[in-house]
This record gives sequence, structure tokens and C-alpha cells, in this order.
Amino acid sequence: MSSTNTPQGSTHTPTGLIAFAWALVGLPLVYGLYQTIKTASSLFGG
Amino acid sequence: MAVPSFLARERIVARPGFNRWLIPPAALAVHLCIGQAYATSVYKAALVAHFESSLTAIGIIFSIAIVMLGLSAAVFGTWVDRNGPRAAMFTAACFWSAGFLIGSLGIATDQLWLVYLGYGVIGGIGLGIGYISPVSTLIKWFPDRPGLATGMAIMGFGGGALIASPLSRQLMNWYDPAYDGTAGTVPSGHAVSLLFLTLGLVYLAFMMFGSFIVRVPADDWRPEGFDPSKVKARALVTTDHVSAGNAIKTPQFWLLWIVLFCNVTAGIGILEQASPMIQDFFRDGDASTVAVTAAAGFVGLLSLFNMGGRFVWSSTSDFIGRKPIYMVYLGVGMVLYVLLATIGSSATWLFVILAAIIISFYGGGFATIPAYLRDLFGTYQVGAIHGRLLTAWAAAGVAGPLIVNRVLDTQGTPGELVAGNYRPALFIMVGLLAVGFVANLLVKPVASKWHEPKGIDTHPTSPERSAAR
Repeated sequence: MSSTNTPQGSTHTPTGLIAFAWALVGLPLVYGLYQTIKTASSLFGG
Repeated sequence: MAVPSFLARERIVARPGFNRWLIPPAALAVHLCIGQAYATSVYKAALVAHFESSLTAIGIIFSIAIVMLGLSAAVFGTWVDRNGPRAAMFTAACFWSAGFLIGSLGIATDQLWLVYLGYGVIGGIGLGIGYISPVSTLIKWFPDRPGLATGMAIMGFGGGALIASPLSRQLMNWYDPAYDGTAGTVPSGHAVSLLFLTLGLVYLAFMMFGSFIVRVPADDWRPEGFDPSKVKARALVTTDHVSAGNAIKTPQFWLLWIVLFCNVTAGIGILEQASPMIQDFFRDGDASTVAVTAAAGFVGLLSLFNMGGRFVWSSTSDFIGRKPIYMVYLGVGMVLYVLLATIGSSATWLFVILAAIIISFYGGGFATIPAYLRDLFGTYQVGAIHGRLLTAWAAAGVAGPLIVNRVLDTQGTPGELVAGNYRPALFIMVGLLAVGFVANLLVKPVASKWHEPKGIDTHPTSPERSAAR
């Protein structure tokens, strides 16, 4: 699932899978950060 | 307790060439979900109204969950280490999701006890197992940067609340259009029930994804260019191993328990009171110069520093060492608390900066502790030892708010308090940090009599590398 086997018995993890996994956790985090910074800005905006 | 073969540790041993940067998102997939536990205030008022209950009765849901987190992490820590991260993440996903689904049923059928049982007890077990599930795996994948690795995962726990708070408001607005998320509007119980159902299913999918991409390194695996002999150069970093059973017999374990307890208790004191505290510090007569919306912004800012501190300070500990970084958390923390108590009310910006740095130390304390344990006790059962140490968090979760609320009760009525009323509580926190500081100073390398004999298998299983991975 996560990697491609090579003839030598070693493995290669597809870059696409790593990018997808990081995006899956990163995008919600960016959404949360954006929303929180928006709320926090009211502290300085008066 | 045996686990199905597809969850077994020996099935997920990575082959040579596996990219370890797939492991942090696996850990984050779990921690971002269980971090929702810090976002319960979003629907607290709705549950009070729905059950026609008190804030205390609803607050117990969160308290049960945190106590169960500590207990389950302590009880299941060895099981997690033995069976590996996939079994642990899978189990955590089932418990955490089931907690939401049972909680949803409890709200829909007006039975508060079901919410206690669901979110509190069953969800709390998911919290505990989920919290420790990726920690020892990350430490093994990143022996060169354990602080960075655990900081990344435990940052996710802080980040989970940042996601869950606005997401919950948005979902409740969809389920109850009369609720718009502003002060004064409260979502219906039906909306909260549907929110629980949605979160339960979304979290199940996310955590399962994490459990199926996670891998453990082979026993002989090392990162390219990593030389373990350099690690030994630091006085407190061992290459020996101590079992969880023996670790709790050492003074080092209990000194770190005190360190974590003191650091968390002090931080929770501010986190718990953040919104009213900033308004009280800048009260002029009946009104505060800090508006309710600005106070909410302050809470958001603290969340950011709580999350950022986990990553930044824990990563820094890889360079300056675990003991020195805790001297900073606790020693500088003491100075900051004294400044907060004495001159914190002189300017809003000063109050905000002091509180933000204090909270970053609070987060840093959580994230650095697994690496500190690994330095002292080795990697053998570091997950189980971490689990046992988290009982300090459960105790601090009770003690922190209790200290602050008791002190404030003796000082006046909520809504009429001023900065001076917080001083006794803040100075108690200074005293607690001083106790933690001394405990940290007393930490020395673990005596060799507690080390596992050389040559014995300190790996939970003797894994054969997965044919599929």
C-alpha cells in the first residue's frame, strides 16, 4: 500500500504518497491556524 | 492479549529504503483527532441548556476523559509497546470514535450518563491509547532528532483543538441555522448530537488512515549518517534499556512525574481562566477595557503558542539537552509568573506576551517529556513509561483548576475581580514551578542495576520484515 517493492527486497516510498499524507494532515491544520489567527487578530484590532 | 494478524507489529516492519517522513503524518492523523478534547468549550453551553444541567455537571465529561486518558495510558502502555503502533492507533480510533457515537446517542435520547460513559470513559480510553501510540515509534524512527519527532506529534494534540473549534461551530451552524456562533446564541442539543456523530465518523476515517500507513523500523535500521556513539556523549543519554516495571522504581521517574505535574498545573491555571483573566486584569470599575471578542482572541493566541511551543521547544531540546530545556521552562517560567503577578496589569501587550510565553513552555513541557524519558530509560519500553508518567497530567488536570478556582473564590465574585485578586494563585504557581525546578535539577543518570541485561532481546517481538512493505 505504502511502498513499491524492488527486486532486491528493499522498498521505495512513493513521493506522491508522502505528499498526500502530509496534505491530509496539513490542510486541516492550515484551516485551523487561519481561523485561530482570524480570532486572535481581534485582540489587536480592538 | 493477542491482536489480529493485520495489526501485528511484525507485519509493519519497514523494508530498507522506506521513507521515515511518512511516519509524522501518521502520528499527526491520530493526534490532530484526539486533540479535539481541548475544544469541548464550544458546545458546553449547549449541553448545559439541553440537559437543563449545571456547568459543573457538564464539565465532568471533560474531567472523566482526562482522568481516563491518564489511567489508560498507564494501564495500556506496555500493551502498546508490545503490539506496536498500528494495533494501538486502530484501537484508539475505535474507542475515540465509539465515544463520540455513544455520546451522540446520549444527547439525542437525553441521557447524560451515556455522554459520561461514551465521551468520558470510552473516548477517554481512546485518548490515552492514541496519545502514546505513535511516541515510541517516532523516537525509534528519529533517533537523531527525538525531540523534533515527538514535538511534531504532540504539536498535533494542540493543533487538534484549533481545527475542532471552528469546525464544530461551522457544523453546528449547518445543523441548527439559528446558531451563528456569536455570543448569546446557543446551538440546539440536536445539533450537538449530529456534531458528535459527524466528528465520530470523520475521526474514525482519519485515525484509520494513520494506523494503516504507520511502520516500525527494523532492529538494525539507522538513519543515514547517524552515529549512535555521538548520542552517548551527553551525560544523561543512555544506550541501555530500562523496563517500564523497573522505571517506576527509580527516583528519576518520580522526579520527572513531579516536573510534569508542576509544569502542567501551572500552565492549566492560566489556560483555564484565560478569557476572564485578561478582562479582570484590565478592569476599570464595572467594565473591562478588554472586550469579550478580544478576550476570545487572547484564548486563540494562547492556543497558537501552546501548539507552537510543543514543536519549537521540543526541537530545541535536541540541541541544548532535555535537562537544560526544563530549567528554562520552569526557571524562566517562574520569573514570567512573578512579572505577570506584579507588572502584568500595566499594559495589555505585556500581559499577552508574558502569558503567551508561559503557555509555550506548558506545551513544550508536554512535548519534550518523551524524549527525556528516552534519554534516561532507553527506547525499550519508552511508550509504556510515558503512559505511566501521564498520570501526572491527569492529577494536574484536577489540581490546576482547583487551585485557581479556590483562590479566586476567596478573593471575590466573578465579574468583579481585578489583577490583585489573581496574585495569590499566581504566586502558588511560582512555588509549584520552583518545586519542579528542584526536581529537574536532581535528575541524574539511572543506576545500572535497573538496566536490562546486555544481549537480551529488548524488542517487543522478533519481527520478520513485512513481505508486503
